Amino acid sequence: MTDEMTDTLAKYIAAEILKQPTRQIVPDEPLLSSGLIDSFHLVDLSLFVENNFGVRIDDAELNASSFDNLNQLVILIRSRK
Amino acid sequence: MPIFSDLLRGHYEQSPNKVIVTMLHAGQPDLPVTYRDLIHGAAGYVKTYKQNGIQPGDVVLLILQHGVDLLYAYYGAVLHGAIPSIMPFLTEKLLPERYRADLAGLVSVSQPTAIVTYRGFELEVRAALKPGKDSVRAVIVSDQIERPCPPQFSSLGGLRRKLEDIALLQHSSGTTGLQKGVALSHQAVINQLNNYGKAIHLTDADVFVSWLPLYHDMGLIACWLMPILMGNPLVLMSPFDWVRAPYRLLQAVSKYKGTLTWLPNFAYNFCSQKIRDRDLEGLNLSTWRIISNCSEPMRWESHQVFYERFRNLGLRYGTMGTCYAMAENVFAVTQGGVDSPVVYEDIDREMLQTKKMAQVAQPDKITVRMMGTGKAIQNAYIRIIDPNGHNLPDRHVGEVAIQSDCMLTGYYHRIDATEKAFMDGWYLTGDYGYLVEGELYITGRKKDLIIVGGKNIYPQDLELLAYDVPGVHPGRASAFGVFNEITGTEDVIMVTEVDVDDPVERQMISDAIRTVVTRGSAVTLRYIHLVRNPWLVKTSSGKTARSANREKFLKEMQAKGQIF
Repeated sequence: MTDEMTDTLAKYIAAEILKQPTRQIVPDEPLLSSGLIDSFHLVDLSLFVENNFGVRIDDAELNASSFDNLNQLVILIRSRK
Repeated sequence: MPIFSDLLRGHYEQSPNKVIVTMLHAGQPDLPVTYRDLIHGAAGYVKTYKQNGIQPGDVVLLILQHGVDLLYAYYGAVLHGAIPSIMPFLTEKLLPERYRADLAGLVSVSQPTAIVTYRGFELEVRAALKPGKDSVRAVIVSDQIERPCPPQFSSLGGLRRKLEDIALLQHSSGTTGLQKGVALSHQAVINQLNNYGKAIHLTDADVFVSWLPLYHDMGLIACWLMPILMGNPLVLMSPFDWVRAPYRLLQAVSKYKGTLTWLPNFAYNFCSQKIRDRDLEGLNLSTWRIISNCSEPMRWESHQVFYERFRNLGLRYGTMGTCYAMAENVFAVTQGGVDSPVVYEDIDREMLQTKKMAQVAQPDKITVRMMGTGKAIQNAYIRIIDPNGHNLPDRHVGEVAIQSDCMLTGYYHRIDATEKAFMDGWYLTGDYGYLVEGELYITGRKKDLIIVGGKNIYPQDLELLAYDVPGVHPGRASAFGVFNEITGTEDVIMVTEVDVDDPVERQMISDAIRTVVTRGSAVTLRYIHLVRNPWLVKTSSGKTARSANREKFLKEMQAKGQIF
């Protein structure tokens, strides 16, 4: 599943969190459990989601059991919209 | 002079209903714990420790997260007269195999008799043990503890400890740090609490608010032992919750009228940048009396952004203090910003770098803004020494050496490391700094240590991991820290020599280094710089000269227009 939301999130994560703008992120690539996204950046991701998609992810949900890849994050965002 | 258990007994008998700890957990109601709850919960653990054959003086390793289990297990060990030590919990990032190896390393040096953990983590712990061959006689699971009960003071081992007995061990993080347990006596800790309490004018009205990890001196001493032993309410949240919701710290200060908090420098930037306005609505931070910046290099700019962000909530500028501390001195050596605002000065950068002199700069010079860490607390003494151990005058940069009535007894079972750390009775901190009329300024580090978010990272641990990557040869990597102005802490950089030029192959090596370091140390590398052999600067004995490599890297990046 690749769509605009997935793409926006992938670009944000590559450019702003990983500081590697050319890095490709596959939609089912583990993000949290792999250590790709550091716990220090979870709040950045949550602020980005809220500012761009108008959905607030509760801080208790910022862990690998709520979402660990882009597909799961997109489903989570869509379910709250 | 009382020992830990005397103090706990006193509070229990005089104010059993006082709420001494309030535990905050994301998504759950706040949990108040009175002295009665604490002592009864701890007494349940005492029974369990006894049943498992744990003797006073034995080391008990606690692998538990923030919560009442950890609270009762820790103070249960204290009441039993055992020596508690908290080990960091396994995080998502770290490979279980690595964690097991680190745990096995700690067990072999610190020789705990028992380990307390959760049922869900028991197998992980057992996998690191060698039954019958190591010191561990019991793995105690936190849901199989004797019920809370009133203690039998007459038979408590914790009341029969001597002042000079070891009260607790504190390990630093990482493979290297975990094998160096700082052993602290009752006397040393109580002296520190008295000395430091005076420095911060501690009174019964003070309320501590903390999110700090408890395996680190700032969290363990200032925000766990001090409030509970001295009788000041503690509002405690876990670092895992705070990092996802930094606003909770401010909400807790407002709700519980917090007065004292300790923060590593990056937390000032983190709070300033990552909190939504609407999470701050209605908060009142005017009760905050001292926020001490401690445990990593402190920046004047970080204080400014923090103050500007939260001043409209009642935060006072004079609240912001500084502190220079280390586990080897139990905690604080200095404290600044209590009786007068934190001092700072603009130093001539060239003089500092080339002459090792801290001169206040003339207007046309390039400067470095230095923030004072304060003056030595009572019964602590500071010397600045040259490489031959001779005293240096004010404004000359040298190694900081300290002496006090609260020094460590030693690194536990590590006479070698203990002997190396002292010179003629003075503890050599490995930090560089200078004094100005008693005010201590820290300029850098002698030891190759990287501090990220207040956490000590040994570069050799990271380099060793990188050598596992095919294409990277032993001795051909160098890791070091570079300060990041935005985050307010150090970024970890690794320079690695490789023999290939193909960009695809190089990217693969780079990705592999990143993965192996993250999963092997829980440290995220900001940047991996691959270079052609020979690039790395080595010492005469063939080791990587990290500070020289750092300089070379920064120059190379600057030439390319990439600023770090």
